[in-house]
Amino acid sequence: MKAASTNYISDLRLKPNMGEVIEMMASAPAAETTQAKFECRNVEVFYSGKRALHGINMDVPDSGVTALIGPSGCGKSTFLRVFNRMNDTIPNARVAGQILMDRQDIYGKDIDPVLLRARVGMVFQKPNPFPKSIYDNVAYGPRIHGLAPRKSDLDTIVEKSLMRAGLWDEVKDRLKEAGTSLSGGQQQRLVIARAIAVSPEVILMDEPASALDPIATAKLEELIDELKEKYCILIVTHSMAQAARVSQKTAFFHLGDLVEYDDTQTIFTNPKDQRTQDYITGRTG
Amino acid sequence: MSAMAKTSIHQTDLARKRLARRKAKEKRFRYAGVTAVVIAMVMLGWLVVSLVGTGYTAFFQHYLTITVTLDENILDPNGARDADQLRKANYRKIIQQALYARFPEVTYRRSKRALFQIISASGATNHVRKMVYQDPNLVGRELTIVVPVSDDVDQFLKGYIDRKAPEELRRVSDQQIAWVDQLVTSGELVRKFNWRFFTAADSRDPELAGIAGAVVGSIMALGVAFFLSVPIGVGAAVYLEEFAPKNRLTDFIEININNLAAVPSIVFGLLGLAVFLNFFGLPRSAPLVGGMVLGLMTLPTIIIATRSALRAVSPSIIDGALSLGASHTQAVFHHKVPLAASGILTGSIIGMAQALGETAPLLMIGMVAFVTEIPTNIMEPASALPVQIFLWSDSAERAWAERTSAAIIVLLIVLISMNAIAIFLRSRLERRW
Amino acid sequence: MQQLLNPETLIGALLIIGVVAAFLYGRGLAISRAQLTTDGARAHSLPSYHGYFSAWIVALFASGMIAFWVTFSGAAPNFVFAILMFCALALSFSIINRLLTPTFRARNHVERFIGGALMICSGVAVLTTFGIVLSLVFESLQFFKHVPILDFLTGLHWSPQTALREDQIGQSGSFGAVPIFTGTFMITAVAIFIAGPIGLLIAVYLSEYANKRTRAIVKPMVEILAGVPTIVYGFFALLTVGPAIRNFAEGFGFSVPTQSAIAAGSVMGVMIIPFISSLSDDVINAVPQTLRDASFALGATQSETMTKVIFPAALPGIIGAFLLAISRAIGETMIVVMAAGRAANLTGNPFEAVTTVTVQIVALLTGDQEFDSAKTLSAFALGLVLFVFTLVLNVIALLIVRRYRERYE
Repeated sequence: MKAASTNYISDLRLKPNMGEVIEMMASAPAAETTQAKFECRNVEVFYSGKRALHGINMDVPDSGVTALIGPSGCGKSTFLRVFNRMNDTIPNARVAGQILMDRQDIYGKDIDPVLLRARVGMVFQKPNPFPKSIYDNVAYGPRIHGLAPRKSDLDTIVEKSLMRAGLWDEVKDRLKEAGTSLSGGQQQRLVIARAIAVSPEVILMDEPASALDPIATAKLEELIDELKEKYCILIVTHSMAQAARVSQKTAFFHLGDLVEYDDTQTIFTNPKDQRTQDYITGRTG
Repeated sequence: MSAMAKTSIHQTDLARKRLARRKAKEKRFRYAGVTAVVIAMVMLGWLVVSLVGTGYTAFFQHYLTITVTLDENILDPNGARDADQLRKANYRKIIQQALYARFPEVTYRRSKRALFQIISASGATNHVRKMVYQDPNLVGRELTIVVPVSDDVDQFLKGYIDRKAPEELRRVSDQQIAWVDQLVTSGELVRKFNWRFFTAADSRDPELAGIAGAVVGSIMALGVAFFLSVPIGVGAAVYLEEFAPKNRLTDFIEININNLAAVPSIVFGLLGLAVFLNFFGLPRSAPLVGGMVLGLMTLPTIIIATRSALRAVSPSIIDGALSLGASHTQAVFHHKVPLAASGILTGSIIGMAQALGETAPLLMIGMVAFVTEIPTNIMEPASALPVQIFLWSDSAERAWAERTSAAIIVLLIVLISMNAIAIFLRSRLERRW
Repeated sequence: MQQLLNPETLIGALLIIGVVAAFLYGRGLAISRAQLTTDGARAHSLPSYHGYFSAWIVALFASGMIAFWVTFSGAAPNFVFAILMFCALALSFSIINRLLTPTFRARNHVERFIGGALMICSGVAVLTTFGIVLSLVFESLQFFKHVPILDFLTGLHWSPQTALREDQIGQSGSFGAVPIFTGTFMITAVAIFIAGPIGLLIAVYLSEYANKRTRAIVKPMVEILAGVPTIVYGFFALLTVGPAIRNFAEGFGFSVPTQSAIAAGSVMGVMIIPFISSLSDDVINAVPQTLRDASFALGATQSETMTKVIFPAALPGIIGAFLLAISRAIGETMIVVMAAGRAANLTGNPFEAVTTVTVQIVALLTGDQEFDSAKTLSAFALGLVLFVFTLVLNVIALLIVRRYRERYE
């Protein structure tokens, strides 16, 4: 069953729109070879026996940005943490159902969360650089995973990651300074550089701009736009405008249910579900 | 069918090998943590087992029942029965005669001396003296007494002296063993609960020594410490928490209290010696001074505990009372302090438990006296339980080690009870906000 | 019975009766006068406050009189004293009678008095510190008159025996404290060497690995180690650990005395474990969860997160914990008195008997003492060194810990 076809999309709600999706995505270069990076089958999450997510079925495309939106407490952040098994670190949390990454069950016995998290990076709400130098922050991941046998390799990884995160020019002369000395927006990009340095395939972002000012947010969104060329990105956001700006697909969550999942364009212009409509027009939320 | 254009660097064999190494490291780290916990537990266990193992036998003692003839010719040759004569009389001879009568076959002087050594000489003579002194009419009659055996015989009967060891290496001779065996078989020598340990004061002879004097000394000192440190400590805490203006002086007092809490206890002893004894001329070795020193020592503990108890009470209580027209003082004393009472009580008990176990400052103010009487007031020389333990621990004999451990067991049981009461009170009186 | 009838107890009893009577009088006065007011205005303070105020006035006058008598006459209380006392009481009652009108702000006066009393309470803590500093400094200065301070701090030989005869001044002991300091540091080092890693690992295990139930059992068990009186540890070292180390060493052909730096230090280490573990536990828990999350999300294992992120982040707090533990070890007395020995050996070998500052203070001050001999006074000089050293350690530790807390708040 792990060999299930990657091309079919399970969610019935999506089927009628498939043609449109592909048409719409044609402008975005990464969306052309749409394959499912993740296939979620009936995913449920329980906290101390209480069900926080009710049987989510959803496919995350291999490339591009997928946004998860919904009112607070709807389960979108919980769902995000399913993909890198961060829920494992919370006592009393339990995940049921199946999440396939490249057709491999990430909750399977042969998958180690440590290696999974190396493949699925994460950026948190509040920038959380380690109280170390900028260099050591970025070098942390490669070091623990043993990715850089030589110092020069490590230097290259750090430089490349910071460049890719658009931070290199700002910090190249002060790599020895504390990561916490940077501004909020810079810290968040540092954290992204730190995640990139491990060479992940996927980056999960949990409301990455919620602690940033509008200018820093704009910069971050620009960065996300660039990163989607190389990485599969899942972003949880409170801001519908942000979802509309950065994502190609959007999933709307409500009270632990996946209400609607479609092209971003469709969700915002022509939602199928009344609840989605209410939310995006600001009647609920 | 290759769904993946590239394979992640995290899925190579190399990555898996590295992971195995990291997992092994993780396991070692975890085991190190478990080992540390186990070491701490083992040390605690070793401590308890070694003390209980050495000490529990001290709660039992072997006693010899013997009939003595209170010969008037020895005790009161002129028949006047005056108190002075009865006090000074040769009771030792009475006891010796009773023992020789029990074993008439013993004739050599050396053997006689050995025979006399199986019982507690001063224990038996003091016992008989006391009885005769109370009732002079006993002179001339026969009296059956139960006296402790000497510490060596007691240790032998408790199995700490190996009868198979060469005679010259043990403290009990073959001859004495034979007598003791005979007395045990006849039922004259029996094992009983050692009440004396709890009712007697210190003594030069281990078989006669008890902890009562030290316990009373400790209770007195703790009483003084309690009445000194709890009112002052609570008052200081209430002042600092509720009344003190926020200024440099208050900051200074705060820093002062925090540092006072970490001053080594022996320094408080030096304070007591220099100020209470030398400057104010209070008596040495007195529970009053000991209590004052311990009280000052526990003061910071109580202040800190009270302050955190006060802080735990919601400030809305004060606002509520003020809004009803109460003055600030009324609000504090009618509402906040009663609500913090359980925390204050818990802190006080824990502070007192600390003071009870403290030894060093008491050494400084001379509460190491050898006191054979139970003290009756706080100005008399006294010892305290931990100091008694310190004094006894100096003697190498097995009987003393046994009693030292037993005194420690008593001390630990009291401390555990105090802490248990504190925990119980906290859980019982704690209010949820 | 006779004891109860002596003048002191009689005066005490009269004082208590006077105070109680004043309370009742003041309260009664307030009630009756409040009823007499015709305009219906309420009295400012509750009657009981008038009572408290009256009691306080009487207590003030009476104890003032007693203090006056004791300082200026010094004689046993006699008839004159009784008359004076009676006058004082009469005066105080007449003052009460004049003052207590319904508008009298008795509560404010009582509250001001309470505030003052509370302030005096907190002053006791300060006074204690002053008492410690003054007595240590004063006696130490006396000592430094006999022995130059530099000789004391740098001398290599310690044998504080004082001369038996007047003419033996040349041999009146030497007071070079260096062997004592080295002994103290060696035992402290052994203790920290044992307690440091164990305490830290326990803290790590409890905060990062143990589940709630294990934590609920293990944490109090470890803290029991801190509640065991030091005299108990001392006896444990003397009775069990010292001989065990000696036997163990003999098994390898070494001869180690029962009293040694290693025996005292290791038992002290056990005592210190909970200080390090619970303080480190606190600082480790104070490291924000977001840092753990960040590390886990990068694919770090728990041990990697611990050693490479949490530990460096918590380092200042952990250093503070270690400093407090060191200060505790240096000031610890009973374990070393019983298990370390009294010989002031200048040695670097932990298997030998050494002595510490606290051991010497105990040795110098127990038993008979004359207060002007250099031998006795040297104990205070050692006490001063001990006090200053632990104080400095504590101040530094508290500063570090406070700054650390602020960083993550």
